[in-house]
Amino acid sequence: MSELVSRVQHHFADAEQQYESATFGMWVFLVTEIMFFAGLFTTYIVYRHAYSAAFAEASHHLDVAFGTFNTVVLIGSSLTMALAIAAAKQSKQRSTAIYLVATIALGCVFLGVKSFEYAHKFHENLFPGANFVYPGPDPAHAELFFSIYFAMTGLHALHMVIGIGVMSVILKETLKGSYNAEYFTPVECAGLYWHFVDLVWIYLFPLLYLIGRH
Amino acid sequence: MDSHESSLKSYFLVFFALMALTALTVWVAFMDLGMMNNVVAMGIATIKGLMVMIVFMHLRHSPPLTILAIVVGIFWFAVLILITMSDMWTRGLLGFPGK
Repeated sequence: MSELVSRVQHHFADAEQQYESATFGMWVFLVTEIMFFAGLFTTYIVYRHAYSAAFAEASHHLDVAFGTFNTVVLIGSSLTMALAIAAAKQSKQRSTAIYLVATIALGCVFLGVKSFEYAHKFHENLFPGANFVYPGPDPAHAELFFSIYFAMTGLHALHMVIGIGVMSVILKETLKGSYNAEYFTPVECAGLYWHFVDLVWIYLFPLLYLIGRH
Repeated sequence: MDSHESSLKSYFLVFFALMALTALTVWVAFMDLGMMNNVVAMGIATIKGLMVMIVFMHLRHSPPLTILAIVVGIFWFAVLILITMSDMWTRGLLGFPGK
């Protein structure tokens, strides 16, 4: 029990209040993240509204198979993350560590596929800038689509990299035995962040890969 | 222990539902529904997003204050889009230049 008491900071009444404050704080941070991405989503909506034909055409240059595969990978990583938290709650440190490793591995698979897609786009001269070469009609507005594509998926990928870093720290602490049924708040908060990144991708996938496909 | 078992079950159920909805959204994207393509795609994404938030992110066990913070965030997101688009949608509505 002394372990439990030492985990509660003096300014909290009890462990439950501390847990609720921490998860509330994490959610407030995630709301600022929503607003961070909101600027880009609004940019996307404005330009897609203005140049819908060029956007639909440019979207055909993205590979639906890679996008779908990455969606499956990311949702899978959310499942392993949820299972890691459930295991931590049960003081099953070994299972927690295994699920965290699986989450990190799936995150790396996602980034690997993403980097492969990026390399392909660079190779096809579809990265916006001086070397942008577009075979279809309306290259200027197709370039706008690719600017938004790289900005949004790039920012998303950056969140993935940070998420993998956070998970590595959580994994290290799990292996040291820092979490148990009484105290697993960092696992829960890291999980909230990971699921948020999944949430952003759930919207990015149809908006970028699946427009004007018919 | 029971609540542990039931939450594990719900995680797997949500995972398979998310997989099915991903397949559905790809399948529907290749059908010509006109403007409804956007509505269906965003509708499916929102259902998936809600499932992730409610089950994976434990909103069903969160205090009302947390849910309020999220609703406020989504509200301002909607304000951002609606006010921006109220400009885009109404350009050229009045028959003289600049309006």
